[in-house]
Amino acid sequence: MFDYTVRRLLIAVPTLIVISLVIFLVLSLAPNDPMAQVPLTVPPEVKEKMREALGLGQPLYVQFWKWLVQFFWIEPQVLIDHYFGTNYSEDKLRVISWQTRAPVMDTVVQRLPQTLWVVGMSYVVAIAISIPIGIYSAYKQYSIFDQAGTFITMVGYSIPPFFTGPLVIVIFAVYLDWFPSTYDTLHEVNSWDSFIIQLKQMFLPVMVLAIQGTAQISRYMRSAILDNLNQDYVRTARAKGLSESIVILVHVLRNSMIPVITVIALNLPLIFGGAIITEQVFKVNGIGQQLILAIYANDLPTIQTLTFIFAFLIVFMNLVADVLYALLDPRIRYE
Amino acid sequence: MKNTSLKKSPILDVNSLKVNFQTKTGKVTGVKDLSFSIFPGETVCLVGESGSGKSVSSLSIMRLVEFGGGKIDSGSIMFSSNSKAEKDLIDFNQKDMRGIRGNEIGMVFQEPMTALNPVFTVKRQLTEGLRIHKKMGKKEAQLEALNLLKSVRIPEPERRLNQYPHELSGGMRQRIVIAMALACKPRILIADEPTTALDVTIQAEILTLLNRLKQETGTSILFITHDMAVVAQIADRVVVMYNGEKVEEGTVNQIFNNPVKDYTKKLISSVPKLGAMIGKKYPEPLELSSNDKLKTKRIVGTKKPLLEVKNLVTRYPVMGGMFRKKIANLHAVEDVSFTINKGQTFSLVGESGCGKTTIARTILRLEESVSGEVWIEGVDVLKQNKKELLKQRLNMQMVFQDPYGSLNPVMKLFDQVAEPLINYKINQGAELNKMISELFDKVKLPRAFLNRYPHELSGGQRQRVAIARALALNPKLLILDEAVSALDVSVQASVINLLLDLQHELGLSYLFVSHDMAVVERVSHYVGVMYLGRMVEIGDRQTIFSNPTHPYTKALMKAVPIADPKKRFRGDDINFKAISSPIRSLDFVPDASSYKKIKKDHYVLDNDIGYD
Repeated sequence: MFDYTVRRLLIAVPTLIVISLVIFLVLSLAPNDPMAQVPLTVPPEVKEKMREALGLGQPLYVQFWKWLVQFFWIEPQVLIDHYFGTNYSEDKLRVISWQTRAPVMDTVVQRLPQTLWVVGMSYVVAIAISIPIGIYSAYKQYSIFDQAGTFITMVGYSIPPFFTGPLVIVIFAVYLDWFPSTYDTLHEVNSWDSFIIQLKQMFLPVMVLAIQGTAQISRYMRSAILDNLNQDYVRTARAKGLSESIVILVHVLRNSMIPVITVIALNLPLIFGGAIITEQVFKVNGIGQQLILAIYANDLPTIQTLTFIFAFLIVFMNLVADVLYALLDPRIRYE
Repeated sequence: MKNTSLKKSPILDVNSLKVNFQTKTGKVTGVKDLSFSIFPGETVCLVGESGSGKSVSSLSIMRLVEFGGGKIDSGSIMFSSNSKAEKDLIDFNQKDMRGIRGNEIGMVFQEPMTALNPVFTVKRQLTEGLRIHKKMGKKEAQLEALNLLKSVRIPEPERRLNQYPHELSGGMRQRIVIAMALACKPRILIADEPTTALDVTIQAEILTLLNRLKQETGTSILFITHDMAVVAQIADRVVVMYNGEKVEEGTVNQIFNNPVKDYTKKLISSVPKLGAMIGKKYPEPLELSSNDKLKTKRIVGTKKPLLEVKNLVTRYPVMGGMFRKKIANLHAVEDVSFTINKGQTFSLVGESGCGKTTIARTILRLEESVSGEVWIEGVDVLKQNKKELLKQRLNMQMVFQDPYGSLNPVMKLFDQVAEPLINYKINQGAELNKMISELFDKVKLPRAFLNRYPHELSGGQRQRVAIARALALNPKLLILDEAVSALDVSVQASVINLLLDLQHELGLSYLFVSHDMAVVERVSHYVGVMYLGRMVEIGDRQTIFSNPTHPYTKALMKAVPIADPKKRFRGDDINFKAISSPIRSLDFVPDASSYKKIKKDHYVLDNDIGYD
């Protein structure tokens, strides 16, 4: 098991480097000019100097190497300095945003908590709703609940967040006025009332993001339970005289969670993708919104860094899924 | 039908039971009309072929049939439980039934591989019933579980408690399932084909165990099987079922010695009996009914060799460690040699994991060998390149065990049988149609089946299609890998007869891979017995069966159940060795197989392979 995890981690390193290279090359192919926003009154020679100051005069491989060094070598040093008060990273050049001329990671660290709160909470909500729905739908297959569940999850799955987002804003924020339409990042939770406000402002974005996750996970849960209900060991459990709740919630559920856990882990990065749009709709200033703003501003280092963080999440979650898989299923012990 | 020695009242009395299943196309009857009773301390066998309703009956007694979409329409199941007076189980609700299940009626299922929950330890699964029915505490239940494991004679019971099912062999798992069923000392144990999925030696052990447990605990047993030989070994009384109805009921001696109904007679006669071929030099078809005039008398074949396997070695690498390096070898086939003559059958027998299927697959180059030679008509198959191999496969075709898995479910039967011919560009158009039709005639399938899909056929019919497909290229050698093992006895008998007819007619050579000694005795000219990758004994069929010399061959012969209630296993002589692991370290150098010649055409392995 330990060997397996270490081996997978080692394989992840070249995978991530190749991914970062692909992102870098694709971005460098994009027709853009970071100086496009600079006023026309600035003479071309000055603009050229500014370009060189950003490192754009260098050949591509140098630019890529610099980014690699900055991201994988200098940024971790910044992190270590931050926690241990050392000064390894002093005077070293970090990944700098062209937009703000500040280190990209500083902005990411500021914005990440908002994203994690909204996205993370939505995923927890999705799991908490979808697992009972999946179990019940499977146990009462073809019942009205199951049929309705199938229909609703199908609808939920096929309508994208950029549609449901404005829709719930119109209904719940504009007409009913139950929840605020935007997310106020500056809001501080220091009393019961402010906690309620925090809950309220989180409600709509969390729900919009949770709909898709719920639809997908409950489908997987349902089919996993159905697969297991026909297994021989279920008959054995019943033949022992166990009650239906033990048969389903202990014997069947534990086995059904094995494939579902994988789906849950693998889908987490996709939810981040959805968050990019949802953050925009609800004005949550998380990293999704940061990515959109960077794209508008041709801020290549920020785009490169954020895209890579998403890619890293996908690779990491893959690994987590495999490890969880082995933990849940005693038959799989990756030797 | 009362047994005179048992004057007591029955524990279980099933009366005109009728069970239906609701399907999309309407009601399907599982059991039409079944009545039988079980008396204290007796073993009743429900015997019948697949679809006869025997499993449905047992599930109905447990009232588990409702979970599979079945419904008990009428009849009664009177059960006298420990505490209460006789009651009709049909009137029970599911909650009351839970007090009966696992407590007063225990059940053992067919597939020990899947009957246990893979994610829980043995301890957890064993104690569950005890804690619910007997209200035992954790510690108490654990002690009781250990006692149960001892009573089913599992080696190292303390260690087993904390193991997961996948860490145990099939035989051990079945013992655990039996221990689970017996946990609360039930009055009746229902065993639904408990030995069908097991090797013969393990089957013999489990049957002995059940007999012994019955004597120790006085539990009555309802034993469900399709195998008449097993019935003869274990039953006190027998209920023969066909198509959801009881055909005949009687004591085991009555059923075997004086069967009344034709169906019972047919069932008994279609079982290939070990020893039925004594004194017969050549294989011959089974006589399925007395008025059956057999076209094929006996199959002589020739003495000219067709296929020669010399010193074949096949190993699989076992990967492991941080960098997935080869850390050990699985010695699947170790220095095996044999010859198949033209028009004759060579059989490979042995238990699961002995390497018999690997040999079959290596000959076809579906697996790559480590060393050795396979000569057919002057060429070494193992040295051929891809192109030559493609041509070579015209000579050799294979029929697999599972007729459900070996046919493509979305292709018409015509296309499946025609595929090899089209692949080798042998025939097309009208001529192809004619050829396929003739192939269907050969395997005795109606031509109307040509345009059907596999799911419309029964298992036996599908296996005939698989045989037709193998014959399409007119091969010289047919490799039959457990080709009749998955079939019902009467179907099995007719497929065996078909194979013998085809051999007689076309002069085919067969490599017959099987674990079933009685079938092997019926069809073979020569037999090789395998154990742990080695051929431990090889010789002509008569010699091997009349004079088994290697200790493993002897054990294998002794384990075969005989369809005669007078020849039962005696508890004391059933003690087989567990097969050891074929996985060896990388530096392990196996010695070459050396054989002792007993007489002409009879050799016994001299090497020490850990079986004596």
